[in-house]
Amino acid sequence: MEKRELTCIGCPLGCQVTVTMDNGVVTDVTGNTCPRGDKYAREEVTNPTRVVTSIVKVEGGNLAAVSVKTKDVIPKGKIFETLEEIKPVVVKAPVKIGDVIVPNVAGTGVDIVATKNIAAV
Amino acid sequence: MKSYDVVIVGGGPAGLAAAIAAKKEGIDSILIIERDNQLGGILNQCIHNGFGLHTFKEELTGPEYASRFIDQAAELNIEYKLHTMVCDISKDKVVTVMNREEGMVMYQAKAVILAMGCRERPRGALNIPGYRPAGIYSAGTAQRLVNMEGFMPGKKVVILGSGDIGLIMARRMTFEGADVQVVAEVMPYSGGLKRNIVQCLDDYDIPLMLSHTVIDIEGTDRLTGVVIAEVGPDRKPIPGTEVHYDCDTLLLSCGLIPENELSKQAEVEMNPVTNGPLVDESLETNIEGVFACGNVLHVHDLVDYVSEEAAMAGKNAAHYVKERYGKEVAKSTDVIDIKAVEGARYTVPTTIHLDSMADLLTVRFRVADVFKDSYISVYFNDERVQHRRKQVMAPGEMEQIILKKKALEEFEGLKTITVKIEKE
Repeated sequence: MEKRELTCIGCPLGCQVTVTMDNGVVTDVTGNTCPRGDKYAREEVTNPTRVVTSIVKVEGGNLAAVSVKTKDVIPKGKIFETLEEIKPVVVKAPVKIGDVIVPNVAGTGVDIVATKNIAAV
Repeated sequence: MKSYDVVIVGGGPAGLAAAIAAKKEGIDSILIIERDNQLGGILNQCIHNGFGLHTFKEELTGPEYASRFIDQAAELNIEYKLHTMVCDISKDKVVTVMNREEGMVMYQAKAVILAMGCRERPRGALNIPGYRPAGIYSAGTAQRLVNMEGFMPGKKVVILGSGDIGLIMARRMTFEGADVQVVAEVMPYSGGLKRNIVQCLDDYDIPLMLSHTVIDIEGTDRLTGVVIAEVGPDRKPIPGTEVHYDCDTLLLSCGLIPENELSKQAEVEMNPVTNGPLVDESLETNIEGVFACGNVLHVHDLVDYVSEEAAMAGKNAAHYVKERYGKEVAKSTDVIDIKAVEGARYTVPTTIHLDSMADLLTVRFRVADVFKDSYISVYFNDERVQHRRKQVMAPGEMEQIILKKKALEEFEGLKTITVKIEKE
C-alpha cells in the first residue's frame, strides 16, 4: 500500500487529496470535495501530463527568441528531456504560429510548435 | 489638428478588444497608440499556456491569445501607431503623443479609451532594507528578459511574493537551468492561483514559505544573498527566525499597480482602493467621453475578463460618439451607487445610470481575505436580493455579480446597491 498527497487544481478550493495505491492501482481517493478531484488525482498518480512552454532562439528576426509549446500534453517525466532537446535549436526567421520547430520531441510523438509570429528583419 | 472618433491608449489585450468592438459598432475613425514595438502588450511575454479558456474554449499561450485579436484588428483595418508614447490627455480630449519619426503630434479625439494596463510594484515601494546591488528584478522584467530577449538574469534565485508572475517565473527559470530556492510570501496565503502553485512550485519541489519575507539584501555590486524571516500576524519579522540564502538574483512579485498618470492629467477621478478610475455602468469616467478598461481600471486575474470588459468599453465609446458627442444629450442625473462592504473590497463599476444600463450588467469585485463556506450577498437599499454560496473565495481571484436592469427598474426608490460577504 502506498499513499500520495496531492493538491487538486480543479478550483481555488485546492483540496488536499490522498490517493491510496496498491501495486500501481488506485484503491482509494479521499479528501476531494467533488468528482473532478477524484479524476484529477487518479490521472495525476497514474499518468501525469503537462503542456511544456519555452523558447527557441531565432536568427534574423525582430526578436531574439520565439516562444514554443508542446502541441499536446506530454508525460511529466519527459519535461527536462524535452527542454534539453530544444535548447540547442536555432530557427531562421520568419516564423509563424503553428510552425513545427521540433517534430516528435523526446520520442513523445508530440511536436514542438511556435506560439508567436516572428518577422524577418 | 488631426482628429479621430476614438483614440485608444494602449495596444494590449484591453486596447485591442476595445478597438475591435468600437469598429464593429460602425466607428471607422479609430487610432490605437502603443509604446512598444508590437501590439499585444504583456501577453507577448506570457509564453505559458492557460489563456482563453472562457473566450475560445481552448488553452492558448499569451502570444497566441494576443495574435487572435491582432489578426482581427488587421482584418478590420484598424489604424495603430507603434513606438509611440502618449504624453498627455487633456480634459477636452486632445491626446498628445511622441515618437521618433513624427516628433510631437496632437490628436483631437471625440472619445478616449484608457487601456494602459498596470505595472509591477517596485523594490522602492516595498521598504526592504539592505544594499542596492545588481540582480534584483521585478518578476515581469525577468520574464521579458528570458522569454523575449533571450537573456537569463541569474543562476541562483529567490522569489519574494507569490503573485502569479512570480510563480510562473519560478518554473521558467528552473526550465532555463536556474536553481530557484524558495518563494517567500508575507501573507498567510498565496496571491497566486492554486494551479500555478501546484504546476510551477510543487512539480519542481520549490518551497513556498507563507508568512515569510525578505528582511535584508546582501552584496554591494552584485546580489550575494538575502535574509528571510518569518512574520507574525502583524506582518513584522519575528526575531530569531532569520535564515540566510545565497543567491545572485531576487525576483519581486508583490502586486500590480494600474498605470494612471495620464488619467490623472486628464483629471479623471480615481478609486483609492483599485488605484484605477471610478467608472459608471458604461465604464465611462467622470470626464465625458473618456472610458477605461482592463488592468488600468482594476487588476484582473484572467485576460478573458479583460477582453470582455474592454469590448464593452469599446461599444459604449462608439455609442457615445454616435449618440451623445456634440449633442445636448446628457446621462440622467439619477444615479444608483454600488458600495462594497464587509469583505468585498471594491466594485467596478461604482455607479449606475439606469437609462444607460444594458439589460445585464456584470459587476466585478475582489474579496479582502480568504472566505470559506460564505455567501456573496447583494442588497437593494436594505433588502437582500441576491445570496449566492461560494465554497471558497480568495483575494487572488476576481468575483462577479450580475445585475438585471429589469430588477433595478422594478425596485421602487433604489438608491444604493450593496455587495458584501456574509457567513449565512
